[in-house]
Amino acid sequence: MAKTESKSLSFQGLILTLQNYWADKGCTILQPFDLEVGAGTLHPATVLRSLGPKPWNVAYVQPSRRPADGRYGENPNRLQHYYQYQVIMKPNPPNMQDLYLGSLDAIGIDRELHDIRFVEDDWENPTVGAWGLGWEVWCDGMEVSQYTYFQQVGGLDVDLVSGELTYGLERLAMYVQGVENVYDLVFTDATDTTPEVLYGDVFHQNEVQQSTYNFEHADTERLLRWFEDSERECKYLLALEKPLPLPAYEYALKASHLFNLLDARGVVSPTQRQEYIKRVRDLARGCAESYVAIDAAIPAKAWR
Amino acid sequence: MTEFLFEIFCEEIPARMQKRAAEDLRKLLIEGLSKSGLSIDNAHHWAGPRRIGFKADIPAKSPDISDERKGPRVGAPEQALAGFMKAAGLSDISEAMIKDDKKGQFYVAKIEKRGRASADIIKDIIPEVMNSFPWPKSMKSGSTTFRWVRPLQSMICLLDGEVIPVEAGGITAGDSTEGHRQHGRGPFTIKSFADYKKQLEGKGHVLLDMADRKAKIAADAKALCEKAGLELVADEGLLNEVAGLAEWPVVILGDMDPAFLELPGEVIRLSMRDHQKYFAVRDPKTGSLAPNFIVVANQIAPDGGKAISAGNSRVLSARLADARFFQSEDAKSKLEDYYDKLDTVVFHKKLGSIKDKAERVAALARELASKTRADANKAEQAAKLAKCDLVTQTVIEFTSLQGQIGRLMYEREGGDKDIAIAIEDHYRPQGPSDTVPSNPVAVAVALADKIDTLVGFWAIDERPTGSKDPYALRRAALGLVRIILDNELRLDLSKTLLKAWAVMEMENLADGETGRLSDAAISGDEQSAIENLVSFIIDRLKVHLREQGVRHDLIDAVFALGEDDLVAIVNRVEALQAFLDTDDGENLLAGYKRAANILKAEGKKGDLPSGDPHKGSQAEETALFEALSQARPKIDKALESEDYSKAMSALAILRDPIDSFFDGVMVNSDDEKERGNRLRLLQSIHDTAGQIANFDSVEG
Repeated sequence: MAKTESKSLSFQGLILTLQNYWADKGCTILQPFDLEVGAGTLHPATVLRSLGPKPWNVAYVQPSRRPADGRYGENPNRLQHYYQYQVIMKPNPPNMQDLYLGSLDAIGIDRELHDIRFVEDDWENPTVGAWGLGWEVWCDGMEVSQYTYFQQVGGLDVDLVSGELTYGLERLAMYVQGVENVYDLVFTDATDTTPEVLYGDVFHQNEVQQSTYNFEHADTERLLRWFEDSERECKYLLALEKPLPLPAYEYALKASHLFNLLDARGVVSPTQRQEYIKRVRDLARGCAESYVAIDAAIPAKAWR
Repeated sequence: MTEFLFEIFCEEIPARMQKRAAEDLRKLLIEGLSKSGLSIDNAHHWAGPRRIGFKADIPAKSPDISDERKGPRVGAPEQALAGFMKAAGLSDISEAMIKDDKKGQFYVAKIEKRGRASADIIKDIIPEVMNSFPWPKSMKSGSTTFRWVRPLQSMICLLDGEVIPVEAGGITAGDSTEGHRQHGRGPFTIKSFADYKKQLEGKGHVLLDMADRKAKIAADAKALCEKAGLELVADEGLLNEVAGLAEWPVVILGDMDPAFLELPGEVIRLSMRDHQKYFAVRDPKTGSLAPNFIVVANQIAPDGGKAISAGNSRVLSARLADARFFQSEDAKSKLEDYYDKLDTVVFHKKLGSIKDKAERVAALARELASKTRADANKAEQAAKLAKCDLVTQTVIEFTSLQGQIGRLMYEREGGDKDIAIAIEDHYRPQGPSDTVPSNPVAVAVALADKIDTLVGFWAIDERPTGSKDPYALRRAALGLVRIILDNELRLDLSKTLLKAWAVMEMENLADGETGRLSDAAISGDEQSAIENLVSFIIDRLKVHLREQGVRHDLIDAVFALGEDDLVAIVNRVEALQAFLDTDDGENLLAGYKRAANILKAEGKKGDLPSGDPHKGSQAEETALFEALSQARPKIDKALESEDYSKAMSALAILRDPIDSFFDGVMVNSDDEKERGNRLRLLQSIHDTAGQIANFDSVEG
């Protein structure tokens, strides 16, 4: 789209622009969480920090994994590993919609020329017992973000409502760069001394190998055992006399990812699926409850 | 009269909720205002993506009310007086008047209620309305506990141009609002409704009324299509939705790669409609879809909408490319190759997989084929193929195309024509307005499918209760009824259902090992379950006939005979209705009722006395017996050949003899023998008529 005007943002340019934009709006810029997660929402900076009465504004990139979406690097739109850009503002400021629209301006979407719409879409993540009301944001008919006002997280009503923004970075970049195939995205612009780097240069082989692993080699027996071990560890940590919800939550995330791998292997029947989801939800809920209880008792600047 | 104007401005309201929200707002405000004694004129409400509003003319204050309150008698105990004074707001009893009535003197307090300023009334009403607004789904926002559909931004509340600073959700109402996000940011300061409408629809670029937005979209789309030599595929539901997604709708014609037109038209239309909210466009010459679409944007772009059109076109292409990918993936296997995969889809936990169901339906369709004059092999084959498309990627993506995709695949494979039709039509009728299958193979499969569903859920005791019918069993039963009637299928319903039950048990045994349909799953006793199901189906038939204007008492009269051949039942009901509309019928009914009443009275005393109906002592008795003897064989014969109107005209012969009988003969004769003979004669008439219908149930 922006071809005729100034050069459009590279993939990393897009990320940097969003980082600067949201930093400017007072968000703490965090780095990705260092575990496999299915979505940016699952980062403890969203799931756990959206609970309790303390304000929290944060933005970060989160690599996200959905094993079942892998296509061996052959599909121009689908990836089993991709990036989400996540913003949480708690409590959501009254002008959050305007702030969001400002971020679209920042990444070079000309709102004079392009039709931005907020289309009803109520978000729900059953594995962490979270839901909220909001929209899919459309740019000329394409979904560019998910915009949600959290109402419940970990099965608990929220004290303060968080406004959550999730940008699908690859899709947004494809739009901004006018590219039809995700692997053709410019990841890094060339300089006088360094070559241009494409998304495919960085990730294509990863998609091929990870898809092969996910669909063909992941050992279901071991996965199941690891799932059960993770579940046990999580429950153990929550059952301690002084529970440890933060490490426990990491094991809940591991269990969640292991379930996704089992699912991708096609060994989960629809009925079992519901059971697994419930098991993970129970873990997440336990972590959430424990986190809220402990967080309430921690004074501000407790380390001092 | 003063003008009251109220606007609620918030973040985007879901399109489907807007109309109802404005109606609720109107209703709640009018209720509140009139309860406070205010009259309302020229009320008007409006709804759009970011605002709902109401305006009306109301008086500046509510009327003064003067009322009298009757108190205790003069000289009543102190306590009674005190209570009265308190209730009437008097500080001394001397403030009350004294009135006379027959019993003596009593106190009367005059209560003057001054009218309230309308502004004060509004101040009370609005927070109440806002705090308990009936949104289908609402949310909290920020740190407030106030619930609204999406975050509330501002309110206008004006009475006669003056701001009433009502509060809700932490927002205080004022006199300003915003217009279109791109074209009319405002703020606009508002003085009156006329001013509001003028500013918003002018500089503000907001078409306030849903109807105006719809009309603009429809007219612009039509004009745009005509200019391009195309024709819009009208879609009222979609029009309603897109009119709720744009404050300033601008219609744009987009195009797509014509190569996509190879996809089934429904796939294209659904991709456009459900995912993208585009209208399809067709070529008026050929009537088939054109490689274009109509998208309704929310703004006038400086490039004339080129970028918007191109962007939308890209998204549609990606969707259609997906659909094409699914289709080509699906086409790599033949339809029948998907059969085994049906085992991975659960139909119901206790009733096995879709494959288990297909097996049962196939066995049953085979049995039913002779009834529908279909080839048994074809029926069986069609039943197995009918569900195969459920596991194709295309149907997983476009669920509503189930059946259609299977048919298309099968036709492309060069499969049998009847089977192809059956694959699509076996789901019919899907609702009261859907057509009923007529191809014999399709009829056999449709019937078998619905019977299997009903019998299955009855077997595991998952029957509809009250308003709860999660498996749409009422719809299935009504579909069954319509298929049987429209195709005039002669089925003994109970026997057919028992057959389906037997099939289910057999499959159950075969599948016993897998534990899918355990013996325990089939609960209760078979006979009573089937009886219950038959009466459930008959109830659907009753509803169906009633909707067609058939008298319910006639339906009852025929149902009372206990028949369960639906076609025969309907024929009989129709003949009965026609018969009773005649003079003969009406009179005969009167005679029958008289006979029945006498027999009923007699029945209360004990057994009917014995007697010989043919040994009548009066001419009228013999004549009636003669007529009955003549009518009987005719009736039997007519009933045997199911010619119900003939049976009824045979019965009509009895009209005159019955009339004469009751005119000339005293049933309650002193002679016991005579009395017995006459009662027996009436009994014979009662029985004969009872073969045709239970006339006791007929009103008249």
